[in-house]
Amino acid sequence: MTPSAASLEVAGGGNAWKVNIVGDWSLAAIPALDAQLCALPAAASGTLECDWSRAGRTDLGAAWILLERLRVLQANGVTVRHVGTPPELLTLLGTLQDERSAEPPPVPDTRSKLQHLLVGVGRWSLDLGRNARGFLEFYGRIFAVLGAVLRRPKALRLSSVVRFVYETGITAIPIVALIAFLISVIVAYLGAQQLTKFGADIFVVDLVTVAVLRELGVLLTAIIVAGRSGSAFAAEIGVMQINEETDALRSMGMNPIELLTVPRILGLMIALPLLTVIADAMGLAGGGLLSLTQLNIPWVQFVSRMREAIAPTTFWAGIIKAPVFAFLIAMVGTYRGMQVRSSARELGRLTTMAVVQSIFLVILADALFAILFVNLDF
Amino acid sequence: MPVGAQPSPGADAAPIIRVRGLVNRFGKQIVHDGLDMEVRPQEIFGIVGGSGTGKSVLLRTILGLQQPASGSVELYGRDLHRMERPERVEIMKNYGVTFQHGALISSLTVAENIQLPLREYMKLTEPELDALVELNLRLVGLSVDAAGKFPAQLSGGMVKRAALARSLALEPKLLFLDEPTAGLDPISAAAFDTLLLYLQSQLHLTVVMITHDLDTLFRTCTRVGVIVDGHMISDSLDGLLKNDDPWIKEYFHGPRARAAEAHHDG
Repeated sequence: MTPSAASLEVAGGGNAWKVNIVGDWSLAAIPALDAQLCALPAAASGTLECDWSRAGRTDLGAAWILLERLRVLQANGVTVRHVGTPPELLTLLGTLQDERSAEPPPVPDTRSKLQHLLVGVGRWSLDLGRNARGFLEFYGRIFAVLGAVLRRPKALRLSSVVRFVYETGITAIPIVALIAFLISVIVAYLGAQQLTKFGADIFVVDLVTVAVLRELGVLLTAIIVAGRSGSAFAAEIGVMQINEETDALRSMGMNPIELLTVPRILGLMIALPLLTVIADAMGLAGGGLLSLTQLNIPWVQFVSRMREAIAPTTFWAGIIKAPVFAFLIAMVGTYRGMQVRSSARELGRLTTMAVVQSIFLVILADALFAILFVNLDF
Repeated sequence: MPVGAQPSPGADAAPIIRVRGLVNRFGKQIVHDGLDMEVRPQEIFGIVGGSGTGKSVLLRTILGLQQPASGSVELYGRDLHRMERPERVEIMKNYGVTFQHGALISSLTVAENIQLPLREYMKLTEPELDALVELNLRLVGLSVDAAGKFPAQLSGGMVKRAALARSLALEPKLLFLDEPTAGLDPISAAAFDTLLLYLQSQLHLTVVMITHDLDTLFRTCTRVGVIVDGHMISDSLDGLLKNDDPWIKEYFHGPRARAAEAHHDG
């Protein structure tokens, strides 16, 4: 049977309309019928007769759209009758329409725009408060576990800690080394452009060593690790939440904070300072290489100038920040992971949030350190 | 009194699905070893088998989601695995699938999930799309309130129904269900059986269903295929009850099966 084009033939006028349903009515044919459906006499009162005698195969969806249109006419006071062997699925669709009329009509939203705005602001503030409290509680739980470790060394999951040192530290070495090297080359190159104007080439060494050791090494490493491991923590724990694995741990009397969060925090707090040392070394190497090739400063001179440029504390001023950054990254990552509740959408949203917030917190902490170090003359 | 639903009117017609000599293996593990299966128009065909016998793999192969090692799968008389992609999509539009856990897209509301295939393949206006969402929700017995909700906000039974609504959106004549009643309480499961029988009779659907639920099996299925040792033994329920295979015997004459059977006989 070849499909014949569907159409709607409207005839009559005044109080008696006649509609011929012609051809195969399917969803694919509906766009072509749109205009004809809308041309049904909307304001007419009286009777409308649907003649199905020339109809072909009729699909459920297409028939439903026609019936819904006729429903509007009926609401206007038109009496609709079906004649000429209407398809049996009309009965089914009629039952569904009747079900709807049996239901109470939906309650219309009577709140004004201002009320909506106020409700939105209120919800947001409550969420903010709840979030802050949740974060504080989480922070407290971590220290409770750390306290418990003193009494019960088994609570320190040493094998997990080692695993996370490997996953967040060892496997990150190539990317951290590469980026530290490149950034320091860029800084040295741009610095050299400016400093040669004053004949102060040799100060490129000061620029690179101080910048890398105090700031760039640790900050870059922290940002890379936040993107790499912060997101991994949030996603791993988030999926465990969705699979009810954390509930399983809880039900066996184990503490997910002790098993999942603390090992990650400790692991990252060990890994990040070590990564920073590597980043520092690669940064200095990059600066040295650029000085050699662009400014003809030999390695020996670079190293001796470097010794003059830095104070004994410069290296430590950078490295001391690493565990703090590590703590922030791991805490935000695991906290957001723990917040995931049963949907893939949540997982994506909270993983993004973990990365964005941990990078923000790292930079904020770095600013506070800068002020502190200046005041301490460190 | 015969067990199960009445024989389908299309019992003698050409099969809609024909699987011949299907072989699936993963590494050294052979899942299907020359499996044959036929599904006739307008029957509800149940697939049963122990855990790990490859029920879901069979379903995935029939759907064209997995390439078999050898053998052929014909839907509507055409081999799905020897088809170019545009043709294959045409065939795929003619069947609906509900997966075991619903597989509703979690970032979309129920309404958007139902509209997803309609928007992809049909040119419809927004009011028409909304009307069709309502139609499909009502068909599966969900209230219109569910339309704006996200899958994570639905109960297990509602997820299964919403998934069914999505699979019905393109009005397929062939429906695949993977454990539709798993994880539902007996009342919801019974309601789902009723719904399935109702839709099948109203829309003249052909249904292929994987199920472990003996009540569902006895209540809805016209014929049942049992996967044993990589082959399929398919028969009516009456026939299978008399089968001598040890696994089938244990399956259909175990304490749970006897209870389900007695319930539907009585």
